Amino acid sequence: MTPAATTFSAPRRAATQRRATTTEPPFVRRLLIAITFLFLGLFLIVPLVSVFAQAFAKGFVFYFQTIRDPITLSAIKLTLIAAGISVPLNCIFGICAAWLIAKFDFHGKNILLTLIDLPFSVSPVIAGLIYVLVFGAHGWFGPWLSAHNIQIIFAVPGIVLATIFVTFPFVARELIPLMQAQGRIEEEAARVLGASGWQTFWRVTLPNIKWGLLYGVILCNARAMGEFGAVSVVSGHIRGGAGSLGTNTMPLHVEILYNEYNFTGAFAVASLLTFLALVTLVLKTWVEYKNTALHGTAFTPVPVGKK
Amino acid sequence: MATRQLGAKKIRVLPGFKLTLGFTLFYLSLIVLIPLAAVFFKASELSWPQFYHDVASPVALASYRLSFGLSFCAALVNAIFGLIAAWVLVRYNFFGKKIVDALVDLPFALPTAVAGITLATLYAPNGWIGEWFVPLGIKISYTRLGIFVALTFIGLPFIVRTVQPVLADVDAEIEEAAASLGANRWQTFWRIIFPTITPALLTGFALAFARALGEYGSVVFISSNIPMKTQITPLLIMTKLEEFDYPGATAIAAVMLVISFLLLLAVNLLQWWNNRFNTRALS
Repeated sequence: MTPAATTFSAPRRAATQRRATTTEPPFVRRLLIAITFLFLGLFLIVPLVSVFAQAFAKGFVFYFQTIRDPITLSAIKLTLIAAGISVPLNCIFGICAAWLIAKFDFHGKNILLTLIDLPFSVSPVIAGLIYVLVFGAHGWFGPWLSAHNIQIIFAVPGIVLATIFVTFPFVARELIPLMQAQGRIEEEAARVLGASGWQTFWRVTLPNIKWGLLYGVILCNARAMGEFGAVSVVSGHIRGGAGSLGTNTMPLHVEILYNEYNFTGAFAVASLLTFLALVTLVLKTWVEYKNTALHGTAFTPVPVGKK
Repeated sequence: MATRQLGAKKIRVLPGFKLTLGFTLFYLSLIVLIPLAAVFFKASELSWPQFYHDVASPVALASYRLSFGLSFCAALVNAIFGLIAAWVLVRYNFFGKKIVDALVDLPFALPTAVAGITLATLYAPNGWIGEWFVPLGIKISYTRLGIFVALTFIGLPFIVRTVQPVLADVDAEIEEAAASLGANRWQTFWRIIFPTITPALLTGFALAFARALGEYGSVVFISSNIPMKTQITPLLIMTKLEEFDYPGATAIAAVMLVISFLLLLAVNLLQWWNNRFNTRALS
């Protein structure tokens, strides 16, 4: 020990000693941190950097040409439409399901919870296939739909349906545990004090769940805009253009450009999706931070859930 | 508390039970249950020999073997490195920790098609990573190794995110007690910490495995999709759909769905075990 070490106060030395028993020697720590950086670097950071490197491989002019191409623009538009319909619908469902499960007691609650999670365990390819079996030419409603000149499969409605399916549980699974933990007392108090059902929801429940709701919406939106497998099955792979929408979303457009050996173009469109993913991660981290900050305050309702 | 519960059962103070129950069941049936049931109804319309022919053909059997084998390997690699990453993120302080922590979720946020073309390009013989393996005579993209890389990528967050909270909850006093009773660091980890996080680790493993089994988008670009060799089951279903062989695709989809449901059941049981384990440890 150097003489300087002896001048440290006793409690501090005790702290160091206590820490030494519940942590690893420095070289093990450094080794584990190095392994983590190597593994995550290889699998996360290198791919991330390479997307942008490939996207700008032919310069900014080519990049913006690809992005401003009418076919790309219509793919972006279709992606926004699909997300714009599926996210609000799944939001309404999520709030409904969470209200039902958190505020009432009834039989079969656990089965309902499992069923809501079901779409997460279904392969995207099968998620697309099920709508082909229901609405396709040989499907249950196929003959009726074609008689009435309605096309769902290989058209925009099919893409929207497949997107709704794969993003189905996101909002619900964020809100259910949150509302269960918050319990019913605040809403019951509001009712007793004379608030109507809607007033209770808008003034009491919604302010309590807004961060959880936002969190679910962020995750739901990221998946809705990025879904590939399910949408690929029900899409007719029809390119949009100046006047028509087509049936290509952004991920499908990436596939087409890639398969045409237009790698730089494919990565240019992919870079937009990657940017979206990064924005999603930043927003997600921000909401998590906000939520923990709120939990520290007295506003956090005491968990009075039954579990 | 008791009166409140009694009140909630007898007279519902809060409104909207019928409305939310009705809408939840309607939406769930319309979007999820009826379409999923269609797979089993359509599969049951096939004659038994035809169903068996589709489900147990050599190509299909090879695809199951490949899917299961590679998903298992990918989940295993993720279990090892995910555990290390979770450990480092919970216990150590280092530069850039917050960013690394946020980046772990990238495979969830990044569209699978983007992951697919990026990994295929990176691990190709002329790619940034693939070129290092050329002198060793190892090809990664367009081989089984490439599929393994893609499945590892998409399963990465599952283990980290399931183990992290449980590891953070491990009481330092337990470790101090172990140390004061003479256990060295490795013994404390192996006998005290590891058994505590085992249920979470297994849950994460099962989630990563289940996700890898169904994965399509990131694999389709990095696999050469050769039947019997590099064709995983979701790719086989897609190939059948492209050939308009809907009965064949439906039959294999029915098998995959049953497997997915069994895995979901396993995950639920593991989570139940996990909860019980932790509440018992606390009390």
